[in-house]
Amino acid sequence: MATSLQPDQDASPPVVLSGSPTEPKKHRDPDGWRSRLYRLDLKATPYVYVAPFFLVFAAFGLFPLVYTGWLSLQKVELGGEAEWRGFDNYLRLWDSDFFWNALANTFTIGLISTVPQLLMALGLAHLLNYRIRGRGFYRVAVLAPYATSIAAAALVFAQLFNTDYGLINQLLGYVGIDAVNWETEKWPAQIAISTIVTWRWTGYNALIYLAAMQAVPNDLYEAAALDGASRFRQFISITIPSIKPTILFTIVVSTIGATQLFGEPLIFGGSLGIGGGSGNQYQTLSLLMYEKGWITGALGQASAIAWVMLLLLLLIGLVQHLLGRSGRGKKKDGAARS
Amino acid sequence: MTHALNRPAPAHGRPPAPRKRFGTKAGRQHHAGPFTYVLLGFAALISLFPLYWNLVAASHTGERVVQAPSPLLPGKELFNNLSIAWNQVDMGEALINTTIVAGAVACSTVLFATLAGFAFAKLEFKGRNVLLTIVVATMTVPPQLSVIPLYQLITEFGWVNQLQSVILPSLVAAFGVFFMRQYLLEALPVELIEAARVDGAHSLRIIWHVVFPVARPAMAVLGMLIFVQAWNDFFWPFIALTPDGSPTLQVALAGLGSGNHSINHAIVLTGALIATLPLLAVFAVLGKHIVGGITSGAVKS
Repeated sequence: MATSLQPDQDASPPVVLSGSPTEPKKHRDPDGWRSRLYRLDLKATPYVYVAPFFLVFAAFGLFPLVYTGWLSLQKVELGGEAEWRGFDNYLRLWDSDFFWNALANTFTIGLISTVPQLLMALGLAHLLNYRIRGRGFYRVAVLAPYATSIAAAALVFAQLFNTDYGLINQLLGYVGIDAVNWETEKWPAQIAISTIVTWRWTGYNALIYLAAMQAVPNDLYEAAALDGASRFRQFISITIPSIKPTILFTIVVSTIGATQLFGEPLIFGGSLGIGGGSGNQYQTLSLLMYEKGWITGALGQASAIAWVMLLLLLLIGLVQHLLGRSGRGKKKDGAARS
Repeated sequence: MTHALNRPAPAHGRPPAPRKRFGTKAGRQHHAGPFTYVLLGFAALISLFPLYWNLVAASHTGERVVQAPSPLLPGKELFNNLSIAWNQVDMGEALINTTIVAGAVACSTVLFATLAGFAFAKLEFKGRNVLLTIVVATMTVPPQLSVIPLYQLITEFGWVNQLQSVILPSLVAAFGVFFMRQYLLEALPVELIEAARVDGAHSLRIIWHVVFPVARPAMAVLGMLIFVQAWNDFFWPFIALTPDGSPTLQVALAGLGSGNHSINHAIVLTGALIATLPLLAVFAVLGKHIVGGITSGAVKS
């Protein structure tokens, strides 16, 4: 490289301008435009790199979020003028049976889809962690539902769950169970919808758990085996605690997903989808919001529902944060530094 | 929440190599017994059966699909159904639209996520931690909160049924930024950047000649994950694009399935098959890499 005689301002780049006599200039102006440019480059580029994310988020995430909050305090029709109403929209939600029904449905469908899904994913990850022949096949197979769209999955399951000719009722028939009314009865319909969610996401979560399991140090298991702990015991006492942060992560992600449930019930219900079934038995908050905003045209009401969803998520996040913190205490000093 | 995400894997678990992923380490993993194979086989069956049945249903007539013992073996109507479905809602156009949307979203997300992830992983700047926390926190904001203003916006601009109304809001993804940061934290040695700097490389050169080559495997995985996500996205496209306009596959499918009572279910399921097959084909070819990406360090804890 070029001259190293100079006191080497660490920031000054070597001169590469071909042919031009840069030497004198440099002596005259050691802090010249070139090194200033270089320092600016160093300082500014991080912001340039993160800027696209924040610009897009500001335009399509933050601004709409705030604007939705503002709209939720108005009476606005689709394409009409806004009229200030204060907290009227929220009070009307409070008095609305549809709102409470949708809230309860979101909660129950979320529960019966998230809990079995994550439990099965844990078990599946444990199995995939064995030394197995054809592991590649099993991993890809359980991930295949993840590549299926909500729309396609819901259409297929709507057929499988059909009360009159669906395959699932036929199978139940073979073992002597009467046909279940998966479409019009409340709990069967909610279970059917939860099945779609569970089917699509179990394999994905299993692979995330598998990744965490493979990072659990081997000696823990060896020590436990020496102490005579059974495989199951090792799973409960070593594997689960070791991957707790990952479990927490998947709980957060699945909860967020469950709160926003929209496509599965919409398509499962066919022409009755937007209302969440003939008796709103599986109308979720998202569906209610869509119905209010785009069918009824009451955008203020819809905005209020959206904000209730955000508040719900914040609440759930807070609870999970506290739970995660209380369970962590002891291990913290060991793992706090990276 | 942030804590769960930021927390590194247990200290003792991380060091030696990102290489131990595939089968090489003999240590702990016990050999599976027959019971394990039975359970895994069952899981694979449940995962794959609905996809198989979709193919079966798409190869029968509409009347046969809704008859009591459901067909379990493929019939002869597949190509007939394909041509009907293809013309009925213009699946061809929907297929092209979806490819454009998913491709554009994947490319831009990978590019911007790599830049931002690199900055968060390896560059010092004021406010870095605060900004990173904001990025992670945005993952929890439900899309429901933005659809109403966005809808008013695209109505104002005359973008209803235009693909850009779906592409623009998805140009970046917090998940992608986080994913790339996690990867580059470990994969990119600071010395490499410093060496490049000493050699006088300016930032763009560093990005092009150092960061991108190192990040390439993660960029590929992220690209595939985002492509799958964008391909399957439903909520906002359903609002921004109507089935009679220029919809994506998912919106077209919703239109196929929700008509009146005279729906031909074989045709509907053929549509579902058309929407699923391209991605399944990608999976058959690249499945191992996608699985490797999900199970690699980048997503864990």
